[in-house]
Amino acid sequence: MEKFTQLKAVVAPMDRPNVDTDAIIPKQFLKSIKRSGFGPNLFDEWRYLDQGEPGMDNSKRVINSDFILNQSRYQGAQILIARENFGCGSSREHAPWALLDYGFRVIIAPSFADIFYNNSFKNGILLIKLDADVLEQMFQDVELNEGYQLDVNLESQTITKTDGCVIKFEIDEFRKQRLLNGLDDIGLTLQHVDDIKAYETKRKQDTPWLFC
Amino acid sequence: MAGKTLYDKLWDAHVVHDNGDGTALLYIDRHLVHEVTSPQAFEGLRLADRKPWRVEANLAVPDHNVPTTDRSKGIEDPIARIQVETLDNNCHEFGITEFKMDDIRQGIVHVIGPEQGATLPGMTVVCGDSHTSTHGAFGALAHGIGTSEMEHVLATQCLLQKKSNAMLVSVDGKVGVGVTAKDIVLAIIGKIGTAGGTGYAIEFGGEAISDLSIEGRMTVCNMAIEAGARAGMVAVDDKTIEYVKGRPYAPTAKQWDAAVENWRDLHSDDDAKFDTVMNLDAAFIQPQVTWGTSPEMVVSVGDTVPDPLNEMDPVKKEGMQKALIYMGLEANMPISEIKIDKVFIGSCTNSRIEDIRAAASVAKGRKVADNIVLAMVVPGSGLVKQQAEQEGLDKILIEAGFEWREPGCSMCLAMNADRLEPGERCASTSNRNFEGRQGQGGRTHLVSPAMAAAAAVTGHFIDVRDMS
Ligand code: SF4
Repeated sequence: MEKFTQLKAVVAPMDRPNVDTDAIIPKQFLKSIKRSGFGPNLFDEWRYLDQGEPGMDNSKRVINSDFILNQSRYQGAQILIARENFGCGSSREHAPWALLDYGFRVIIAPSFADIFYNNSFKNGILLIKLDADVLEQMFQDVELNEGYQLDVNLESQTITKTDGCVIKFEIDEFRKQRLLNGLDDIGLTLQHVDDIKAYETKRKQDTPWLFC
Repeated sequence: MAGKTLYDKLWDAHVVHDNGDGTALLYIDRHLVHEVTSPQAFEGLRLADRKPWRVEANLAVPDHNVPTTDRSKGIEDPIARIQVETLDNNCHEFGITEFKMDDIRQGIVHVIGPEQGATLPGMTVVCGDSHTSTHGAFGALAHGIGTSEMEHVLATQCLLQKKSNAMLVSVDGKVGVGVTAKDIVLAIIGKIGTAGGTGYAIEFGGEAISDLSIEGRMTVCNMAIEAGARAGMVAVDDKTIEYVKGRPYAPTAKQWDAAVENWRDLHSDDDAKFDTVMNLDAAFIQPQVTWGTSPEMVVSVGDTVPDPLNEMDPVKKEGMQKALIYMGLEANMPISEIKIDKVFIGSCTNSRIEDIRAAASVAKGRKVADNIVLAMVVPGSGLVKQQAEQEGLDKILIEAGFEWREPGCSMCLAMNADRLEPGERCASTSNRNFEGRQGQGGRTHLVSPAMAAAAAVTGHFIDVRDMS
């Protein structure tokens, strides 16, 4: 997993609540057995006017010029601001894979769906929860200022606006440390091999039917 | 000290190591695997030269991509075929039990786990699929995980978890005749919203929940995730134990007695403290129909489509307006005037034998209406299908004009050939009415099996209780 420490980048707005993982990456792209290459199909049904299928040459497809990410002012955006319950629905990790592959490293919203939240951190995406009214202001700032950027610092847990105004955010310490150091969860867990074995031995005695 | 909730008990019994930072390493008893979310997890395992920690804890089945029509020719779509073959190969390579496509035990992962007794009370159950919450109906701690977490479970038999808050949703009193588990859970989601359960593990309780069959409880827990909850669960009672008894993976002989004794404690203590308690009066729940593009956009069948003008919250108002446009509906029109094109009875929410019985009892002696282009019934597993055929339900349904299919996820998410065309409207017993879920531009209304069958034979939504 790639580390995350600090990022200053263009911000794109996703102005609707309950953006679900089916919308983030439609199911036909889930047939891939790889982890990469989902970026061109991020938000596929909103981004293109024709129906997307795996294996298509996306550069030849009909672009929906109304869709926010297709507007030239948001090209190269690496920070996404969103509304309530972002990432709800299916547990597909293809959703964070697609967001990451497209270039997003930070998503800011009032709330996120639970599994999506976990999945994103496992892939080095920083999700930040802010109050709805703080976000409302950001949506307005982005709308009014072309090329609007935010500076996100994980170590100090701050977001700095271009006018110098600083917003603090909360994050679980364990997620923060994993992200700052780019740590591999499996490697960390395997430091507890003895604990796992001891647990299994005890459980086999107490509840043998679980080990048949 | 206050007593423990069911969630506390399940959690405490599975802590391998408390990290002291609010997280713990939890032991996972059962890992269910399907073809869509697993390839990258197995690939990760291979790349790191790791093996499954406890191979018997895993059970795999292809379900999302499998065709529901004649399977003798295999899977036509080459990409879907590769995915199913990849599962076959991975299971073979790592020694994991798999019910392959031609196995009578094949079916939707959340149907076959309980059916086989592979889901037992007191277990932790995970699967790379959000509807894993289904298994909580057995007094188990069950939730969906992502692919990285699957790889973690395969490699370590553990999952790094932060404990959720505990919520009790108590459905008090009795529901009226003709009101089903699906209506109960849709009504709950309508009340608390799709994010209402975020950060919670929900225990469903109250008389209306204990009155449900185990299959009904699975329907309710299945949709806990649509309320945003990490897990849904119901306490163990006699029905749970009766249901599990004699299933292939269930304990036998002396172990059975010890297991039952252990399971008897799987309920919240009388003095347990929940972080949130919500009460719902069962008597007020009517058959439900969703009208929008989120499961919380739901009303009773006798109601009208809500009017965004009455919504004060601007974000919600806009969401409602977008949903109405997508769904092709007018505000204030009666739900019963919504005509439909397709009917789908299936999915891990409603594809078990009781669901098919409910649909058949409405369809019996009636015909699918002329405006319906397709009405299909997709059993949740090969064994459900077999049982339904033994009861003659397939004949009743076919006679009425329904298609009777092979088991799988089918039009719940339309990864195979079963899907809606743009603009088509469907009465569906599945769990998600998101934009494009059943096919690009498709319009989904979530209902119970009986309501779906009633819509099929009348061509529009109708209160199933009005059909004599
Ligand atoms: S039936 Fe639908 S919700 Fe259930 S596992 Fe299959 S795709 Fe997911």
